[in-house]
Amino acid sequence: MTIRKDRVALPPVNAQKTNLTCHFCIVGCSYHVYKWPENREGGRAPHQNALGLDFRKQLPPLTVIMTPPMQNVITDKDGRRYNIMILPDKNAVVNQGLSSTRGGRLATIMYTPDGVGRERLKYPRVHTGDQWLDTTWDAALHLYAGVTKRILDKHGPRELMFDTFDHGGAGGGFENTWGTGKLMFTALQTPTVRIHNRPAYNSECHATREMGIMELNNSYEDAEVADVIFAIGDNAYETQTNYFLVHWLPNLQGATVDKKKKWFPGEEVGAGRIIIVDPRRTPTVAICEQAVGKENVLHLDIEPGTDIALFDGLFTYVVDQGWHDRDFIAKRTKGFDEAVKANKMSLEECSKITGIPVDKLKQAAEWAYKPKAGGKPKRTMHAYEKGIIWGNDNYLIQSALLDLAIATHNVGGRRGTGAVRMGGHQEGYTRPPHPTGEKIYVDQEVINGKGMMYTAWGANPFQTTLNAEQHRETILHRSQIVKEAMARARGATTDQMADAIYEAVSQRGGLFLVNINLYPTMLAEAAHLMLPAAHPGETNLTSMNGERRMRLSEKFMDAPGEARMDCLIAAYIANTMKAMYEKEGNAKMADRFKGFEWKTEEDAFNDGFRQAGQPGAGPIDSQGGDTGYLATYALLRKAGSNGVQLPIREVKGDKLIGTEMLYTDKFGTDDGLAHFKPAPWPGLPKPVAEQKAKYRFWINSGRTNEHWQTSYHDQYWDFTRDRYPMAYIELNPEDAKGLGIASGDIVEVHNDWGSTYAMAYLASEIKPDQSFMIFGEPNGVMNDVTTSWTDRNIIPYYKGTWADIRKVGSMEDFKRTVSFKSRRFTI
Amino acid sequence: MTQHVSRRDFFKMSGSLAAGAGVAAAGLAPATAEAAEVGSAILPYKPEVVTRAQSMKVNQPEHFNFPDASSPCQAVKMGQAVPGGVGPDKDIVAYSTLCTHQGCPTVYDANDRTFKCPCHFTIFDAEKGGQMVCGQATENLPQIVLEYDAKTDSVTAVAVEGLIYGRQSNVL
Repeated sequence: MTIRKDRVALPPVNAQKTNLTCHFCIVGCSYHVYKWPENREGGRAPHQNALGLDFRKQLPPLTVIMTPPMQNVITDKDGRRYNIMILPDKNAVVNQGLSSTRGGRLATIMYTPDGVGRERLKYPRVHTGDQWLDTTWDAALHLYAGVTKRILDKHGPRELMFDTFDHGGAGGGFENTWGTGKLMFTALQTPTVRIHNRPAYNSECHATREMGIMELNNSYEDAEVADVIFAIGDNAYETQTNYFLVHWLPNLQGATVDKKKKWFPGEEVGAGRIIIVDPRRTPTVAICEQAVGKENVLHLDIEPGTDIALFDGLFTYVVDQGWHDRDFIAKRTKGFDEAVKANKMSLEECSKITGIPVDKLKQAAEWAYKPKAGGKPKRTMHAYEKGIIWGNDNYLIQSALLDLAIATHNVGGRRGTGAVRMGGHQEGYTRPPHPTGEKIYVDQEVINGKGMMYTAWGANPFQTTLNAEQHRETILHRSQIVKEAMARARGATTDQMADAIYEAVSQRGGLFLVNINLYPTMLAEAAHLMLPAAHPGETNLTSMNGERRMRLSEKFMDAPGEARMDCLIAAYIANTMKAMYEKEGNAKMADRFKGFEWKTEEDAFNDGFRQAGQPGAGPIDSQGGDTGYLATYALLRKAGSNGVQLPIREVKGDKLIGTEMLYTDKFGTDDGLAHFKPAPWPGLPKPVAEQKAKYRFWINSGRTNEHWQTSYHDQYWDFTRDRYPMAYIELNPEDAKGLGIASGDIVEVHNDWGSTYAMAYLASEIKPDQSFMIFGEPNGVMNDVTTSWTDRNIIPYYKGTWADIRKVGSMEDFKRTVSFKSRRFTI
Repeated sequence: MTQHVSRRDFFKMSGSLAAGAGVAAAGLAPATAEAAEVGSAILPYKPEVVTRAQSMKVNQPEHFNFPDASSPCQAVKMGQAVPGGVGPDKDIVAYSTLCTHQGCPTVYDANDRTFKCPCHFTIFDAEKGGQMVCGQATENLPQIVLEYDAKTDSVTAVAVEGLIYGRQSNVL
């Protein structure tokens, strides 16, 4: 390809074609991977290329998506180079041929020596105290297992901390959650584990699960037939793009009316409407207004942190109006009266707290819950995400929202309804239960000097955790103690090095840090050992998306260097530990590390996902439930792009039959009833209120369309790096003017908890005294200014902090090359 | 950002193209220095005069097709120097108007000087080399490489940076 990137190579008709589910966001769009020798390409006539398209003339719009970033040239282990092209699948029910700006780069991010993946970890690396040294797996794991064993034998498993993924897609999947889970919970038996995006081992959905409702309970098709989509704290265009574009928008535009008539005969139907709860005018709000008119979009721009009051107010009003479903409440729920009493709030009070006028609150209630002609209940789908998950008291917001959804029978089997998470990553959870069930605030343990070894596994707390500055500084300090010990151990064998490390962590407050990841990441600064992981395409991997649709991503290339899939790394660690215990004749401990004799990821899949609920398997928490055993790699391969929606009900011939909607008969409680939960309005948490009283700007935070997660790939890709050379912060132009800040200036954001830096991006859509900063970026860590406050289940309030902002400088190059025009679509 | 091809280089390249076609087809590596310039490392775009700089009005796009009749483009005079800009004020730029995502025709929004795609709401900044402001593309809007001849005041399209939607190669 020339530097102009003005041509691509076409896949020939005989190109290898495999399935790949996008491993970024929860939607999990389906793609096909074409692979063929580097020096070949297909012809332009339709019968000469694998796409069957006529490239001898200009193709009309919407024919295909095929861009230079969808192509790459990779090298397999045998040294042979191949073209790859990764295109969205037109026949996939999820994305119907659409790609987002994230999935559209799947080929670009695959490893090449000079491409985006050039910084990938290829070999295990050990820090000698002075420098990084590439090493072998055997040597690296001898050190890992050596230190682990010394700590485990003398201090017990609590000192072995883990920070690990629990999801699907890249850095996750049913194979890898199982492999890591079995190592941590069955073999090592440590309780001191946190999840990649929060400081403890806990659910992000405690309340709704206690109420009997798992958070992914409907199908994407339900969004197509809902009367109202009630979107709370999500920004679907940017974060669940093709769910929004393929399934939400057509409903709002009236394109699904025929389907509604067919599904709901005799019922009043029409184009759907949308209510969006978000303090910020998001790109999604702007696009909805553009696409379907302001009259069909209701934006409830609440005061930050007041969601509980909003839902309590609406719940009270709906019950006062008699719009709740009495029959459903009587037959399938319990605790309604208590909730009505506890959540009682007048619309006037609700308006005062949330800042939403009473008329608008009434309008929202009428849209979503006022029965249709003939008294038929509305079909309203409630879709929530990080505004609630990382909001002011996760537990109480979910309780308040679900009370409303249950009372109006918008969960429990009716099509076009649901009370669902939109999700971040894909899902893919299969693990043994946590050994003690404790929710340990691991970050605070680290800060308080506890723990001796910290394995960050597909996790990057430096960029993502709350109170990040103190957390990072403590880890760097404790890591340095170990580094100095390692530097002093001159001429040491691996065992002597393990002794030196053990002495530093057990006697001198050090922390031995191991980083298992695709890339070194910001954690490399603190790490002593790094192990290279692999991602989908380099291995087979199963995950499920936001409608529980499980698919197999197929391997199509080799991982770089010695990189391995996480489940096989876990097995390697366990087998090394087992050999050490066997060597010293400790059969009891060796026994704990048995059962990792896996050669492939499919072995791990069969050992975990397919064993859940099977006789003799022991307890396994699996999103596949007790029927996971029905899924085999062979059947999933046959199921292709559309896979199967979990839980699997049966196998017909070679077809897996799944479940479209949960809770049609009973809910996920012991008595099968949905349990209402009291959720009185608590106000802001004290540490947050203190910052609010002291500092001017609300520092809202979140994701942007063009970045995936911590930008672990994107920071190395010119398309994204040129667009956002550092984390940006949206500011109200008048506020900025008062502070002498222009777009492209560098600002400091600071409060009692810390300070961080960002590139100013003036946006008229931002309210005065508010801001919006990109979350999780390597260059500008927003969480340096969040408080350590969490809800009762140790769920952070990332979106709740206040700070001051000042200009520290200006980058002319940013001003020259970066666009600061409105990201909200209007025309 | 944009790589400009000087007129001299351009003629050298285009001159060699005509001579090169037959030799390349024969697959022979010519031995002489002169013949060593056969073939082209870049696509054989045919230059096309787009407009006269003096006739352009600020922020009023002019339509043209390049590199062939089925590829709609627009040239805009920005009124101030911008990346890739040519003309006396270095302010004339041009782009393929087909969105790089799925090929829908973008609309020039004179209010904020962006190209906007109504299909999936992608926005490209005409003043920043077609940079995607927000949207679902994975590439900026293809920028037409322009040359300006002060003698004739002509603005000529000579190449394209980036792949035009719906093509395997910009030159069909």
